Amino acid sequence: MSRGSPRGGRGRGRGGDRPMVPPAEFRSYYGRPIVRPPVWHHDIAAYLFTGGLAAGSALLAAGGDATGRPALRRAGRVTALGALVASTYFLINDLGRPARFHHMLRVAKPTSPMSMGTWILSAFGAAAGVSAVAEAAPLLPGPLRRLLPPLGTAGQYGAAVLAPALATYTAVLLADTATPSWHAAYPELPLIFGGSALASGAGVGLIAAPPSEAGPARRMAVLGAAFELYGAHRVETTKGILSEPYTRGRAGRWLRAGRALTVLGVAGAVLGRRSRVVSALSGASLLAASLATRFGVFDGGVASAADPKYTVIPQRERLARRAEDGQPVRDPRAT
Amino acid sequence: MTGNSLYGPLDPAPDAGWTDAPPRMGFFTDTSVCIGCKACEVACKEWNLVPDDGFDLLGTSYDNTGGLSANSWRHVAFIEQRGAPHGDVLGAAAGPQFLGMPGRDLPGRDPDAPRTDFRWLMMSNVCKHCTHAGCLDVCPTGSLFRTEFGTVVVQEDICNGCGYCIPACPYGVIDQRGDDGRAWKCTLCYDRIGDGLSPACATACPTQSIQYGELSQLRERAADRVAHLHGQGVGEARLYGHDPSDGVGGDGAFFLLLDEPEVYGLPPDPIVPTRDLPAMWRRAGLAGLAMAAAVVVSFLGGRP
Repeated sequence: MSRGSPRGGRGRGRGGDRPMVPPAEFRSYYGRPIVRPPVWHHDIAAYLFTGGLAAGSALLAAGGDATGRPALRRAGRVTALGALVASTYFLINDLGRPARFHHMLRVAKPTSPMSMGTWILSAFGAAAGVSAVAEAAPLLPGPLRRLLPPLGTAGQYGAAVLAPALATYTAVLLADTATPSWHAAYPELPLIFGGSALASGAGVGLIAAPPSEAGPARRMAVLGAAFELYGAHRVETTKGILSEPYTRGRAGRWLRAGRALTVLGVAGAVLGRRSRVVSALSGASLLAASLATRFGVFDGGVASAADPKYTVIPQRERLARRAEDGQPVRDPRAT
Repeated sequence: MTGNSLYGPLDPAPDAGWTDAPPRMGFFTDTSVCIGCKACEVACKEWNLVPDDGFDLLGTSYDNTGGLSANSWRHVAFIEQRGAPHGDVLGAAAGPQFLGMPGRDLPGRDPDAPRTDFRWLMMSNVCKHCTHAGCLDVCPTGSLFRTEFGTVVVQEDICNGCGYCIPACPYGVIDQRGDDGRAWKCTLCYDRIGDGLSPACATACPTQSIQYGELSQLRERAADRVAHLHGQGVGEARLYGHDPSDGVGGDGAFFLLLDEPEVYGLPPDPIVPTRDLPAMWRRAGLAGLAMAAAVVVSFLGGRP
């Protein structure tokens, strides 16, 4: 069974006119996947969220401290540490050999986004940890009470400097794979993840800060949501057949939910600025949106690896384009 | 780093830092003489102590292995085809008829038992030991490494089961072993070839479908074999993974196929994901700058 596979690329369902029309059928080995779907569990999808939340919160804390908004500073610092602890748990729990987590620290390897991410996360963790602990300085005895605040401030700005790297390296992590829809989305994924991180950090600010301090969080929510929505729209519409996994099934539901919650959260943040309750609800909506977006992107990639058509058809199209351009096609009969 | 460290033709062992590396070794798997005996699968399991991977009837011809996995480092694919392109090249006209007693001649030579248009495709698949190996590029622990023979091997005492190599392989070869958590794949019998022996699968292959040797010699031999088959009228014979200018810089284990690669479960145009890594980091950097700018605007902008 190789000609006219029953799982051929017919029946495109939703969203009629896309720029690239795939061939009516493709061939495969009994419809089995060619690239292997990631073995990662939803721990990794959850980490995408908590890592972004840690980054967004660290930026919120730094901005709040720099502009004299103590509620934003406090909420940002504490959330950054909490999200970081959760991230560490998810990352280690997903390992096949959790007891060997420290093997990540054997090397620093620029070709491995996971290795780079380990070092980014470690440095961020140290900085964010110090800055969160410094919030407890008033409760501590004399010397610590004097020593901690400056260290906390240094840690806070250190974490803020690392935060954009922490929020966007995960996009490179997913894109640097043969998973078809992740790899195809590499130009936009960092913008989606960065925007999602900003929106979730803003969500923390909206929940924690009184209306008098929450202005920057509202603006951060609007800008983060704009990045996220723009990036997701590009990924869902410009990748030809590789956009499809993001619009169907579980991934499609997650991403649609994420979009709806983002719009709701931004609307509440802008329109409900006088109400503490509406602001907090908007913040919660933005946090939920960020979570849903990460799960949607994660599941979309997994779905694209599970069906061989997403491997075969784009590669066939690439070969055909190369043949048209007069470059040598690689599996010629006349070798 | 030399110019082609991420993409393009390259001799991988010296690029990985080996000085005085021996010649690059590899496999040439000629599927035109594979008889589907699975001796390679068995020999591999025996030599490498690869565990059992279950007893499943998959309903996919004579293939109950399914594909390469953590517990199958050689996999024999079986494809049953009608309307084969060279069905009548070597024999007489086809058509349904009594096949008679088994003959002693080659199929199609005996006019009483002409060749039909049915054909088997059988192929022993294996890790490609790519020049640019996605698995090796992304491994965050240094567990995967490039040997002096230009092959790619997992160090099982280092692997912590992060699983990143698995989606990074454009061929879907490397896999996580469920009860063990670590990633496993063909080592090209690193423990044998270091002692001058051939890998277990090539040693066991009764038809020399699996040939082991210096990659440069295998490439010459394969080109001769394709020319020979074309001369015999087997026009669909083609090499796969032999070209150093392909998307993975050429495979250390390459193939002679009789149909399109995807029919055997191989990607038609694999490209190592890391080729685009510099562009990815640039995009991430731009997005990071956009984030920083958004925060500055948010905190310095006027009240909305």
